Amino acid sequence: MAEASVITDEMRSFIGQESEPVTIEVDKTAVRMFARAVGYTDLIYYDEEYAKGKGYRSLPAPMGCLGHPIFRPDIPSRPAYVPPFKSPYKRVLNGGTDIEYYEPICAGDVLTATTKVADLTERTASIGPMLLVTGETTYKNQKGKVVARFRGVLIQY
Amino acid sequence: MSDQVYFEDVQEGQEIPSLTEKCTSQRLVMWAAGSGDFYQIHYDKDFAQNTGLPDRITHGALKHALLGRLLHEWVGDQGRVKRVACQYRGMDMVNQDVICHGRITKKSQQGGENIVELEIWAETPQGQKTTPGTGVVSLPSRG
Repeated sequence: MAEASVITDEMRSFIGQESEPVTIEVDKTAVRMFARAVGYTDLIYYDEEYAKGKGYRSLPAPMGCLGHPIFRPDIPSRPAYVPPFKSPYKRVLNGGTDIEYYEPICAGDVLTATTKVADLTERTASIGPMLLVTGETTYKNQKGKVVARFRGVLIQY
Repeated sequence: MSDQVYFEDVQEGQEIPSLTEKCTSQRLVMWAAGSGDFYQIHYDKDFAQNTGLPDRITHGALKHALLGRLLHEWVGDQGRVKRVACQYRGMDMVNQDVICHGRITKKSQQGGENIVELEIWAETPQGQKTTPGTGVVSLPSRG
């Protein structure tokens, strides 16, 4: 017998609704910190002249690095991947990450990101009933080009 | 960087060189700073244990980034990573090696690009595939 759905009409109404755009900076120090954390030795992520010699405008952002939202202590911020509704469950897990890259992202770029809930799915797994929230964020650069698309799955259970 | 790999030289079914990175607590702290993810289960042992975990766990997104590095280092200067996707099916504990692998599943030419699709995954030193996924890259041609 099917369990009652935890997905309300209100939650469903968020599917496909684009968030307000968020401004994201990509800078050299952030690129280096990210590349260093991942253990890269390729100098394109550290030495700007070297990167230019390889055809990049500046240090390129390594895979997974989509810049940093501008933090302001006076504005409450919520990570883009947190859905805009109250979870029906207490706990949360990161289910997966899928990033498509269309154009190089380089230090100096200013990106604009919009996020939407792309899908809501319910499932029962070994840890019990869960809600899978697929979020999708589209990143455009200062020239208006779509440079990357991020899809993340949050598991609420 | 290693020698350039070319589209003509790779075959479906072929494995690419693996990548091993030890995810020490220092690396997890560097990742927290580099990514902006400051959730304490990744660097505060007491906090992690209070949530019922045996110890700190490696960030899923760090494993995703390591799979991206695996592909970047394989495709070389003239190749490009177009997509990296993975699922977090199991936990990797702090101070353990994360071992990244890839195997070519499909070669094709699309819109003038030499596309290679791969099955990619990260596993524990005990061989548990905690993080399966897929990757798409483009490679240069010998022409």
